[in-house]
Amino acid sequence: MSFPTATPAPAVETVIAPTRGWRFLDTRELWAYRDLLGLLVWRDFATRYKQTVLGPLWFVVQPLLMTLVFILFGKVARIDLGQTPPVLFYLCGQLPWNYFAQTFQSTSVTFTNNSGLFGKVYFPRLIVPLAAVVSNLLSMAIQLVTFGIFFAVLKCGAHGANFGLTSGIILLPLALLQVAALSLGVGLWVTALTAKFRDFSILATFAIQLWLYATPVIYPLSQVPVKWHWLVALNPMTLSEEFFRHALLGTDVPSPLLMAASLAATGLVLAGGLLVFQRVEKTFVDVV
Amino acid sequence: MSQPIIEVENLSKRYRLGAIGATTLREEFSGWWERRRGRTVVADARDFWALRDISFTVQPGEVVGVIGRNGAGKSTLLKILSRITEPTSGRAVLRGRVASLLEVGTGFHPDLSGRENIFLNGAILGMTRAEVRRKFDEIVAFAEVEKFIDTPVKRYSSGMYVRLAFAVAAHLEPEILIIDEVLAVGDAQFQKKCLGKMGSVAAQDGRTVLFVSHNLAAVESLCSRALYLEAGRLKLASSTAAVERQFLADLATGGGSGAGSAGTVRNRHPDLIVEDFTAIARDTPTTGAKAGEPIAFRLRYRCANPAAFSDGISVSVIFHVRGQRLLNLWSSAGRGAPFSVQEQGEITCEVPRWPFRTGPVRVDVHASYRMQNILEWDEALVVDSIDGDYYGTGVVPHESEGLMFLPHHWRG
Repeated sequence: MSFPTATPAPAVETVIAPTRGWRFLDTRELWAYRDLLGLLVWRDFATRYKQTVLGPLWFVVQPLLMTLVFILFGKVARIDLGQTPPVLFYLCGQLPWNYFAQTFQSTSVTFTNNSGLFGKVYFPRLIVPLAAVVSNLLSMAIQLVTFGIFFAVLKCGAHGANFGLTSGIILLPLALLQVAALSLGVGLWVTALTAKFRDFSILATFAIQLWLYATPVIYPLSQVPVKWHWLVALNPMTLSEEFFRHALLGTDVPSPLLMAASLAATGLVLAGGLLVFQRVEKTFVDVV
Repeated sequence: MSQPIIEVENLSKRYRLGAIGATTLREEFSGWWERRRGRTVVADARDFWALRDISFTVQPGEVVGVIGRNGAGKSTLLKILSRITEPTSGRAVLRGRVASLLEVGTGFHPDLSGRENIFLNGAILGMTRAEVRRKFDEIVAFAEVEKFIDTPVKRYSSGMYVRLAFAVAAHLEPEILIIDEVLAVGDAQFQKKCLGKMGSVAAQDGRTVLFVSHNLAAVESLCSRALYLEAGRLKLASSTAAVERQFLADLATGGGSGAGSAGTVRNRHPDLIVEDFTAIARDTPTTGAKAGEPIAFRLRYRCANPAAFSDGISVSVIFHVRGQRLLNLWSSAGRGAPFSVQEQGEITCEVPRWPFRTGPVRVDVHASYRMQNILEWDEALVVDSIDGDYYGTGVVPHESEGLMFLPHHWRG
């Protein structure tokens, strides 16, 4: 295009050449495909519960059953939950965790589940995991409603004074954003590695189970000895758990150190995930 | 002269044969360890150039066909131009919106209705929702599925499915349309309609089309110019007629690699070694055949371990004309019983009357054991067929009236 031509320059010009080095994000292209993102999200909603009896009710039943199990487990293990009613403690704990785990599960199979599609048509591959991040918000919302109902009922009960919303609720969307960023980041890492080494898909299912125990979902952070707090702070999900409980149940504010460490870790994981994902996507179809 | 809409310069794509397929960490690690210890694996021998220094340009409004045998690099070229994979070196510039159609119905979801899939598929192919909405009625009418538009596509017949999928793609409004083989599906009438649509897209709207096909007739009717790829290189870029002549000539002579024994033997079982595969007429090996005359296909093999095939093997002799698989003579169907395997042996398929019209006939030979392929020799032979007095009446229909003869009787 260095010479003048008679024809007007076309609106789009695509140059195809081997990429050197790393790419970060092509936000303009992602924006151009926003309709696809919307439709993929909608497809997830529309098809997930086809041919099921309970449909989206599973989003209610599942966390309730888990809560029941956690309560029994808590009784046996004599976990001290402080003043908070156990039902609310566990339901609240599952809000960020389930969203994290579900989003991780769907994003970590991006390449393996879409190899057919990716081999036949081009669009920014990142659209697929991003759609998973958005569509999992639905189950999050339904769980939030379940939580709200229990919250309202128990608030009117005898222990109603022991818990309550705090002003932290304003920042809840940001906390959710952090969970989304973290699950996307981890998922991108895993799917990029799985594209080449199937070992990582086995490792991932296993790791997510372990991660649950390393996160204060079924126990409060206060139950962890203080000398181990630095270790717990390395796990960014700790902040999410603590913050959700602070905002919705009025437990202590997470420490600034925990916040800083978790946010930094989340940022690093996501940035790294984006880099490796886009490194793998350009030749992924050659190694399927 | 206006600026070319597609400009390809020295495009190359290398596959590392050893690296294809997901590996396990252990394999990767041992490979790394070997390299560290200075034991260089002969990496170059495992490299495979699917495309090598391809350069060409396409002017706006041209319809260019891409032809070549299997494995010539056609699909790789389209994949690179569609941005599905990256080239190893070289570059291509596409000046305009590109839509590529490498498969019909990519991303269709069986549980969603036709209406929903039109929007989803449109978005996957790069249309905005507004564009799909504008084209919606046209797409539905083209696909002839008005009555079933709110039925899940899993209840569609395969014909309806293909029609709908093609209709979406046909109504993309790109400046450059890249199409691979998709017309191989669907019934003849619909194929005609699709070809017509593609032709009008090019003629009326001045779109540029890059069209890959095995169907020479389709290339001929649509394309003014064609690219002929062979073994990853651009062998000829010229008028469609000239390219087709060269292509057919190469087919008849086994692509210059000697009559017969072109193609590649794949999937060879270590215990079964193919000696040769020969066409035999009047007791002598031949590369040509006359319609109506007897011909036989003989596969000779050696087997180190006949016990490995104790249940016996079956053999297929497959005939392709103009890139279409026309006939599969499968021993399990035609003979009923498997062949027992000896240390050395031959299996012969006798055809009393050769049924094909004038032109090259590609013959593949496959063998399988317990439904597992143990031999896949595509293009083992190319038989140069000529018309003969098949019906014994002295009358032969015109060449354009079909590809083969069939024994039959008339009453009246």
